[in-house]
Amino acid sequence: MNEPPTGDRLLGPEPPELGCDECFEYLDRYVDAELGHELHEFSLCPACVGPEDCSRARRCLGMRAHLEGCPACAEEHASLLALAGRESG
Amino acid sequence: MRGVEPAPAAATAPPPPLDPDSRAWVRGLTLPGGERDVDVARLHAFLLRAARFELARRRTALRDVPAAELDDLAVQAANDALVALMRKLPTFRGDSRFTTWAAKFAILEASVKARRWAWQHREVTLEPEAWTRLAPAVAAADPEEAERLRAIAAAIRECLSPHQREILVAIALNDVPIDVLADRLQTTRGAIYKTLHDARRNLRAHLAREVDP
Repeated sequence: MNEPPTGDRLLGPEPPELGCDECFEYLDRYVDAELGHELHEFSLCPACVGPEDCSRARRCLGMRAHLEGCPACAEEHASLLALAGRESG
Repeated sequence: MRGVEPAPAAATAPPPPLDPDSRAWVRGLTLPGGERDVDVARLHAFLLRAARFELARRRTALRDVPAAELDDLAVQAANDALVALMRKLPTFRGDSRFTTWAAKFAILEASVKARRWAWQHREVTLEPEAWTRLAPAVAAADPEEAERLRAIAAAIRECLSPHQREILVAIALNDVPIDVLADRLQTTRGAIYKTLHDARRNLRAHLAREVDP
């Protein structure tokens, strides 16, 4: 994975973001959605930090922002995406 | 931690019905007493595979770990993941496939153990003034980025507390893993990230005021 520029790492993501605990809580459904394995219609997660924007995008934007800002959660997301993709492949 | 920012009330859907594979996993794992042993063993085998997968992805950082010790790390991660998962099983809503939900526990446990192992003999020095080491990044950057970095350095000096500077520098400049830092400071990953988030928000607000006072 390419490392973001120093300035971006210092300033972090601008949009509202989930915390690490919520990231872990909803990471599985985010990954399955990325893989096209959505079992159900898109719905907001209980920790949603931007209901209007997420509803419009039909995507968890708070999760996306957190994964840009938190290197550890981003690593775990990349691993789960790779593993779940392989398991279903 | 409930989000990094206060969350407005979100309209959430009721739990959807489980897909057939997930339903079979949950049914097997919630059987009484010894009747669930086969399913628990099958789940442990799956978690172990996920933990080994995660450790294999980190083989560069773990190249000095003897093979037997590496596999022991995977077994420990699978064991811890199994305990955490069984405790959380009543909360599984079926928002994802059961296997994706289960694998995240093993990946978390394995990655935390791997990061701790890689940093166990490394000193984490918390220096609030270490942001002054931005100079090489400024020198290497193009003129526009160098100007931005100089503005960020000034904002770090002017608007962050010493603790916020320590956390920001450790994670964003020195690449200290957040859970290693949480261990050393005897706090949680969520609390560290909240400090990092607040520091970044202060920096952005300060920079915005500089541009548009």
